Amino acid sequence: MLARVGVEAVDELFADVPEQVRFMGALGLPGPMSEVDLVRHLRDLSAANVPATQLVSFAGAGIYDHHVPSVVDHILRRPEFFTAYTPYQPEVSQGTLQAIYEYQTMICELTGMDASNASMYDGATAFVEAALMACRVLRRSSVVVAGTAHPEWLETLETYAASGLVEVRVEESHDGVCDPERMRALCDETTAALLVSSPNFFGNLEDLAGLGAVAREAGALFVVAANPIMLGVMAPPADFGADIVVGEGQPLGGSMSFGGPGLGFFACREAHIRQMPGRLVGRTVDADGNDAFVLTLSTREQHIRREKATSNICSNHALNALAAGAYLAAVGAEGMIGIARACVAKAHYLRDALLATGRFKAPWNHPFAHEFALVYEGDASQMHDEMLSRGYLAGVLLEAPDGRDLVLFAVTEKRTRSEIDAFVEEVASL
Amino acid sequence: MSGTVPNSPAGAPPRGPRETIFEIGSPESTCVTAPDLDVPDVDLAQVMGGAVRTAPPRLPHVTELEIMRHYAHLAEMNFGVDSGFYPLGSCTMKYNPRVNEDTCRLEGFTGLHPYQPAQTVQGALELMYGLAQALGEISGLPGVTLQPAAGAHGELTALMIFRAAHESAGDPRRKVVIPDTAHGTNPATVTMCGYETVTIPSDGNGLVDMDALRSVLDTDVAAFMLTNPNTLGLFDPNILRITDAVHEVGALAYCDGANLNAIMGISRPGDMGFDAMHINLHKTFSTPHGGGGPGAGPVCVTEALSRYLPGPVAVSFDDGTFGLDWPDASIGRVRSFHGNFGVLVRAYTYLRAIGASGVREAAEQAVLSANYLKARLNGVFDVPYDRGCMHEFVLSGARLKRETGVRTLDVAKRLLDHGFHPPTVYFPLLVEEALMIEPTETEPLSALDSFADALIAIVDEARSNPDLVRGAPYTTPVRRLDEARAARTPDLRWRPSSA
Ligand SMILES: Cc1ncc(COP(=O)(O)O)c(C=O)c1O
Repeated sequence: MLARVGVEAVDELFADVPEQVRFMGALGLPGPMSEVDLVRHLRDLSAANVPATQLVSFAGAGIYDHHVPSVVDHILRRPEFFTAYTPYQPEVSQGTLQAIYEYQTMICELTGMDASNASMYDGATAFVEAALMACRVLRRSSVVVAGTAHPEWLETLETYAASGLVEVRVEESHDGVCDPERMRALCDETTAALLVSSPNFFGNLEDLAGLGAVAREAGALFVVAANPIMLGVMAPPADFGADIVVGEGQPLGGSMSFGGPGLGFFACREAHIRQMPGRLVGRTVDADGNDAFVLTLSTREQHIRREKATSNICSNHALNALAAGAYLAAVGAEGMIGIARACVAKAHYLRDALLATGRFKAPWNHPFAHEFALVYEGDASQMHDEMLSRGYLAGVLLEAPDGRDLVLFAVTEKRTRSEIDAFVEEVASL
Repeated sequence: MSGTVPNSPAGAPPRGPRETIFEIGSPESTCVTAPDLDVPDVDLAQVMGGAVRTAPPRLPHVTELEIMRHYAHLAEMNFGVDSGFYPLGSCTMKYNPRVNEDTCRLEGFTGLHPYQPAQTVQGALELMYGLAQALGEISGLPGVTLQPAAGAHGELTALMIFRAAHESAGDPRRKVVIPDTAHGTNPATVTMCGYETVTIPSDGNGLVDMDALRSVLDTDVAAFMLTNPNTLGLFDPNILRITDAVHEVGALAYCDGANLNAIMGISRPGDMGFDAMHINLHKTFSTPHGGGGPGAGPVCVTEALSRYLPGPVAVSFDDGTFGLDWPDASIGRVRSFHGNFGVLVRAYTYLRAIGASGVREAAEQAVLSANYLKARLNGVFDVPYDRGCMHEFVLSGARLKRETGVRTLDVAKRLLDHGFHPPTVYFPLLVEEALMIEPTETEPLSALDSFADALIAIVDEARSNPDLVRGAPYTTPVRRLDEARAARTPDLRWRPSSA
């Protein structure tokens, strides 16, 4: 090869790299490893963790321990899917393209919206992109956000807002749900969107009808963040006038994986498709007139529009979207409704049982789905530690708006009645 | 026509597409059902305050076999690195080692909840800490965040850090300069960070035009973004003069690290004077591209900028344990949780497998392979910026188009019939009819040779039978697509009526 290139040593190929910037030292990295040693090392690292999946876990707060059907990972392991890149050459990418088109359809079915993109990175960045899109659609400069949304989403939105592209007004005061009247008070003629999460971070369901009305009155878009599993039994946000629906798609066939990679799903109304961020797959025909799929409306995107693009997103979370599609196909509507119903019923069962112990108090009594917060009458972090030593992940510890310690419990279909009963009994005996 | 098509794959691919998943199965078909309810049922309308669904979502009704066949068929219509040579320039489509796919699936990683107490995730934190250290070493920029989900997200994170640094110095600025060779994410990121893009032309050698750069640099410039080696595959020998000029006006230098594969272990962006860079783990560090993600785009910054990194970052303590911490002047969060952890496990596995020596060897082989392929194709196509290339090079099909009417797009489509994934085409924008070719270090010589042979054969075809090339591809699951129709009448979701 060297001869063909016309050099004697590989080093000559780096002639353009000036001496002063040549790295002459030895990289401070360990040496190479055989596969045997490598696997042992990674096993040791993984064994230094105690995964929630090996505990009786009630942790949620944005990432949920749902069952992942076996078929999902078997599909993801097809190298034709995972070793491909963005389907720029549709003739040899129909697999990815069709799978994403089907995923887009399923997201539309769950949310009631007209169009879904091919994915965003996660729920937080989808939430931010929704705010930015609303500002573009209405040419307005601010958004009003429910303080009951996921705190990490709010933080992410604040970080992006430092760019000056959007002014963020968060309605901080709440008692577990946000008050439409207080949201209204924050709206003015600059308000491009009202952003709300339902179920919210505390598991409570917001008054979407009331909030949607506030958005409409302000002439703003209504952005709803939803939990995709709960959409199996909840009215689609479109029914409340949502203009953009986003969320974290990890519950749809994704493992928890320490919180990433997740899946940002993003859906909107037809009228706003051309302001959407991210990739879109459309159906068309090929030269023989056969149905075929292709990336479309790319004039919104960075590789064509550069500084005028709707977003800078390029690589997204396509494989997670493919997994979500496979998951939804595997469970179907019936399975989904059954799973969502089981989560809701078990969450209500656990909450009643915890309240009955007298060790927990309800900070509020709003309708909720599969997640709820309680006040622990005692040292919550001590309780959490003690339960951990007994094999339980006793939810996620939070601070309530009034400063009290809260414990946020999520229950998925994986938890059995006997696990729940045993947990309640042990926590009551502390 | 078809009689003259060479190299049609032995096992002909399925003629696709097949029905959508909504059109197969039957109403009774189910695959995975919910577990039996072992607690008292609830009245959903009552406990959920009435906001319940009245009609179920129209999801597929399929059996497990039907799902597996459906996706098997879809997979067979897809081309990945395992299917064949994938020289997609700028994307570093190197082989994805299978051991990565095993380690990232260990339950001690996949089963972790992001809010578990630190004492239960020590292995995960140690891995993140170790990966960040290694990336800091390779980049020469010691402050590292693993948070960004992709390269573009890393670019944005870095510009946010720059903004915070300028603002905290009481010196807010408005503009970011990029060369015309920049990838589309660069200007799009500039806008998303609230800055204005200033684009400068490249010089006659495809490098940064120092005069053009100097003429736009002033105290309103926040940053200069440069891919080095750039998207023409050229290492800019003026790099120190460039970063000096940027620093002279108080601006910061950003390295788009998409092309790190060419120089890792050989030259460090930190030593070139860059203040920050992102690294695409899904390119340089062998994590799979996933059909368009997920990837990961860690950002490495100078010691001075470390205090602005987004949080949380993995830290080590004196007692040998690990934790998560927030830099004191952090810009905040750029996403939820701790980064694309599953991708980080794969990249860490790769780095430990190849070790310090493998890092440098990968770069050397990547550059050698690109130069070899360029030598074989020089003359077949024009090489507009003909100097030693790094890990990729750009050819121009302008002459072929002029002489035969066959465009680069046609050449790309014809390559599909030869069993190759085409290179990146029509980028970078300053090369007419561009073909951007990146072979990567993992391809054997035989793959490079057959690819060169195929391109040579296609050029011959273009001269003898241009219509043949213009009509390609013939052997793929579908033929050329009507993209105009897709955009004119968008059909973005399946509907029962559209069946
Ligand atoms: C030069 C360059 N910069 C930035 C990016 C964006 O990276 P990502 O797709 O990971 O966001 C790419 C990806 O194609 C690239 O080639």
